[in-house]
Order: sequence, then C-alpha cells, then structure tokens
Amino acid sequence: MQVQGWGGYPAIEAQVHWPAQRSACAALVQAGSLIPRGLGRSYGDSASAPRVMQTDYLDHFIGFDPATGVLVVEAGVSLREILELVVPAGWCLAVSPGTSYVTVGGAIASDVHGKNHQVAGTFGQHVHWLTLLLGNGDVVTASNTEHADLFHATCGGMGLTGVVLTASLQLQRIQSSYLQRTTYKASCLDEAFALFEAHEQASYSVAWIDCLAQGKNMGRSLVKLAEPSVTGGLDFSLRQPLTVPMHLPEFCLNRWSIKAFNSVYFNAARANRTEPVPLRSYLYELDSIGHWNRIYGKAGFVQYQCVIPQADGLDNMRRLLAKISASGAGSFLAVLKQFGAENQNTLSFPMPGYTLALDFKWTPKVAPLCRALDQMISSIGGRVYLTKDALLDAASFRLMYPHWEKFEEVRAQYGAIGKFASAQSARLGLQ
Amino acid sequence: MKKILIIGATSAIAEHCARLWAKRGASLFLVARNSGQLETIATDLAVRGASKVDCMVMDANDHNAHEAMFEAAHLALDGLDSVLIAHGTLSDQAQCELSVAETLSELHTNGLSVVALLTLLANRFGAQGGGSIGVISSVAGDRGRASNYVYGSAKALVTAFTSGMRQRLSKANVMITTIKPGFVDTPMTAAFDKGLLWAKPDAAAARIVVAMDKRKAVVYVPAFWWWIMTIIKAIPEAIFYRRQL
Repeated sequence: MQVQGWGGYPAIEAQVHWPAQRSACAALVQAGSLIPRGLGRSYGDSASAPRVMQTDYLDHFIGFDPATGVLVVEAGVSLREILELVVPAGWCLAVSPGTSYVTVGGAIASDVHGKNHQVAGTFGQHVHWLTLLLGNGDVVTASNTEHADLFHATCGGMGLTGVVLTASLQLQRIQSSYLQRTTYKASCLDEAFALFEAHEQASYSVAWIDCLAQGKNMGRSLVKLAEPSVTGGLDFSLRQPLTVPMHLPEFCLNRWSIKAFNSVYFNAARANRTEPVPLRSYLYELDSIGHWNRIYGKAGFVQYQCVIPQADGLDNMRRLLAKISASGAGSFLAVLKQFGAENQNTLSFPMPGYTLALDFKWTPKVAPLCRALDQMISSIGGRVYLTKDALLDAASFRLMYPHWEKFEEVRAQYGAIGKFASAQSARLGLQ
Repeated sequence: MKKILIIGATSAIAEHCARLWAKRGASLFLVARNSGQLETIATDLAVRGASKVDCMVMDANDHNAHEAMFEAAHLALDGLDSVLIAHGTLSDQAQCELSVAETLSELHTNGLSVVALLTLLANRFGAQGGGSIGVISSVAGDRGRASNYVYGSAKALVTAFTSGMRQRLSKANVMITTIKPGFVDTPMTAAFDKGLLWAKPDAAAARIVVAMDKRKAVVYVPAFWWWIMTIIKAIPEAIFYRRQL
C-alpha cells in the first residue's frame, strides 16, 4: 500500500505491518530493515519506508500515579488519549506539539517541542526512561543515566535507533484545563520580535504570521501568549472535529484566496485582551478541523520549519520572509516562535533563536525554493526540522546537524544500521 | 458500578468495549485463550479507571470449563450484571472447503461454543431475574455467501439462537443484544485493503456499549449495515446464487 506523511508528499509504496502486541515486534525487526510509524503526523517522509511497522495496537497504559504524575505507556498511545485520562486528575503533558494526534513514540522520535519551549524544553526532557527494541531483537532500557548515549540519540532520532516500546513520562501539575490567553497584534516583524523579547518568560507563546504581507506590513502577526489558569475546572472532552471530507480541487488555494484569508484572520482578532481559553483550543488550534491537510488538494504540500540563531535574528528573519514572500509560494498563516535553550539530544531541533513554520502547496518549483532556503539557513547556523522535512539534502543536513557523526556512531554501536531506515534517512545520507 | 464479564477479551472490539466500561468505573472479569496479552489489557483497563480487573485463561471450546468460569467471575466480582461474548476466529473459507475437520472446528469455535456458554448463562441470569448479555454475531450470519459461508453459518446459528433465547428470557428481565458488526479494522484484518465500509474498533465499541445500555435487541455496527443487509436479504435466491457477493 501507499504510505505518506501528513503533507501528502512524497507518497511511496510500502509493505506495512501491524504487530498486535509488543512481543510480536522483534520478529518483524529481525526480518529486515523498517521504520516504526505511529499516527503518521510527521509531514514529509521520515515515517515512510519500503517496510513500515505501525504501532497502532501498542496502545496500552501501563501505569499512572496521580500523586506524582508519572505515567507509563506503550509507544502507540496518543497524546489525546493521555490528556483524556490525566487532565481530570489535575495533570497535563509537560510538552505538547501543535496537534494531539501524535503517539508517544512519535513525540520521542521527533523530540517535539511546544508553545512552552522557552520554559519547558522538549518532550524528551520529560521522559524518565524508555524501552527500546534494538536491531538484534533485544530490548534495553535507556534514560539519562542508563545507556545515556542511546537515550539522547533516540530522543529526536527519527526512529532510526530502534523501536520505542514503552516510556515513562513526567506530567505537569495543572489546576485548570484553561489558560489565560492574551493576544497582541504586531503590525510588522520588529513589533513581533519586541513582543517575544518582552515576554521571554511567558509560559506559552506563539505567533501566527502572515507570510504574504510585504513592505511595511511584512511580518504582521498575532502574538498569542498564555499563562495557566487556576479556575475553570478540569475537563478534556474529546469532541469529534469537523472534517474536510475530501481533497479540495487545486484552484481553491491561490495567492488571492490565501491573502484574503490572512487579512480576515488578522483583522478579526481582538487585540490586547486576556481571556480564558481551553488548553485544547490554545495548544491544538488545528485539531478542530479533521484532515485539514486535504485543503491543499491531492498533490499535497510541504511544510518548512526552520530555526535561526538568536544573534541577528531579526535581520535574518526579515531576509527569510522577503525570500518567501517574493516567491509567492507561502501559504496560510505561518507560525513564528522564540525558542529557549538547546538540549543534549544528538539530533534535537530547537536552539536559542527564532523558528518559522509554513506550508508550501506542492508544485515542482517548491523544491528549488526550499533548496535556496536550506542554503541560507545553514549559512547562518540554523537548521530545518526533520519532522517536517521532505526535501533536505545530505550536505545541508550535515551542516545543520553537526552531531550527525555521533548519531551514526551510536546507531552502529547498538546495531541499528541496516535495521532502521526511512526514505528520509536514505536521502540524508544516513546508513 | 457494573460487574461485567467479557469472554474473548483480547479481541479488538471487546477490548475497546472494556475501555469504555473501565472509564465508567466498572468491575471487569476478562476471559481469553492467551495469557500474555490479557495481562497487558488488564493493567491498561485498571489505569483507565476500572474499579477491579480480574483475568482467567480459558479456551471457549472447552465446554467443561464454562461453568467453573462463570462461577469464578461471579465470585471475583461479587455478582454479574452484564456479559459480552466476543470470542471467535476469522475462518479461512478456502481451507474449510478442503477439510471437514477445519469446517467443523470453525463452526465449533464461532457457533457451538457460544451456544454452550449462553445455555448456562441463560439459566444463571434467568434465576437471578436480570442481566444484560451482548453477543457478537456478524452481518455474515444474515445470508450465506460463497466467500465466507462457513463463518457465516456459524454466526447464523448465533443470531437465531440469541433471537429465540431473547424471547424466552424477556419475562425474566434479561436482555440479549445480538451484535452484528460489518468490517472492523483489527489486527486480524490488518492486511486487508480498507474501503469506506470499514469501521474502527473504538467506534464499533461505542455503538455496542450504547446498544447494551439501551437494551437493544439487535444492533448493526455501524448502522448502515442494516440497509445493506436488508437489501442483500431481499434478493431472491434464484438471482442471488448466480452472483458473487
């Protein structure tokens, strides 16, 4: 069958296995090279390979201590299911990406970050330990103290070190399932950056930026900050979202329709107001529309997310936006955020600086655009997010991820080479 | 809180029903043929909120073990309100056609073992004057088709048997819900190409749990199978037997 990432590009032919339980995984790994895959929300080809192992049925809870907030789960459990269980007990995931349709295994493999990166770091920093199925069929426990090199290569390792079977997570106490959100309108990039600088210690921060705005409007954005609330109760109800029923025809998304949407979105927002919003709608804004990726039509899209270092951040971001805006390929609202400190995971994405994420509807001219952006990003010491990537080449990868050799050493040491590979790892020149 | 016995507790549909019951705080007694996965599921259900989870390993084809199993469940949960009978195998029709033993074995697992369990259970619930029984039959039991008539006829037995027993027990305040799933996406069917007719086990379970709550007699899962099967059942045999459906 065909497998593809959330962006729909590229699609590749694959043999897909669904082990019914943990004990069935080793035989599949020993039978040949594969890549583990959860809910398939990485955008490009990082969870695509000629052989894929789906973790759908490894979806069991193993333990939850409501006194300490330590949760032990199988890797196929989704963040959504976790929140449904732990929020009523007064706990929340310490780090959560922009969608709750992600498995724990995927969150570890991508070492995902969230809107609270500046204070909480990445998902992997809240993992007490994990068990990993190695290429030879052995299962080892890895943590900060045990097989630490393997642990740091696995968090952010894109599933290339082994199959995460189980993990122990430290949850974060909450008193309410609401956040107090404050929205600021920034009319240009300088204002947006100033807002981030001024609110460096905000619990949550993110900006939706209009990438098509040019000239004095360039970088206009809605900066949304949030703090935990103490009122509102504890509830995380799973509402079935409205779903885009099928791929929309190609003509629906064009420069003008996107410009119109962005203007409405920007102008309709009420600025300088603090109001309570459910965690769910602040953290997972897009989860309210099922299969929103179908808006881009059958050809799909590529999501481009990069981070640029703090130094000269404003100038570099301006150059980056100018390039994107001039290409006319930018899409709906893009996301801008300031990151906090780097962690010690070998291939982890975040670094102190600014990250920008946006979608390009797939056309052949997107590839050269991304290549040009890659060159610019690597030349200023930034990097692109492997979880979103579908186009990066090996040379740029090595510049952006200087610890790649260490990563390969750890993989070799733990027998991962030739056992775990994806379409992406082949493209990036990993063994 | 409800006291629920689940036979075939490692089946995907049963497991998802159990998750919904666990969330409500029910006490559960899980029965399955293999012990390994049973423990994983029991732990999971306890985390999800079940007041109590006990397990027992039993092969449903071992009729002599049935009474002791019911007794153990009754003892462990201090009574029984509901039972879900969900065990079964996906018969290999081609194999069955070549082997009498295979055919009879499939009929035994998917049909006779259910009859045996229900015979004991009906008397139990009849005597206690109440209870709810969900039995997983199949849309395949509504009409025999070339592609899976061995499995289908075993399920036809279950459908007819539960229909009669439902009538018999109606005065005793015991409801038997005949559950007829269509195609459900489970590890058993993982390799199949999935079209629009396929349902996810969690959605199937949600419908089953509600049907048992409401003490429905027959429930198609999902609902659209009622329409499909009504049409299929209405096709005159003279036409039907020449088609490949």
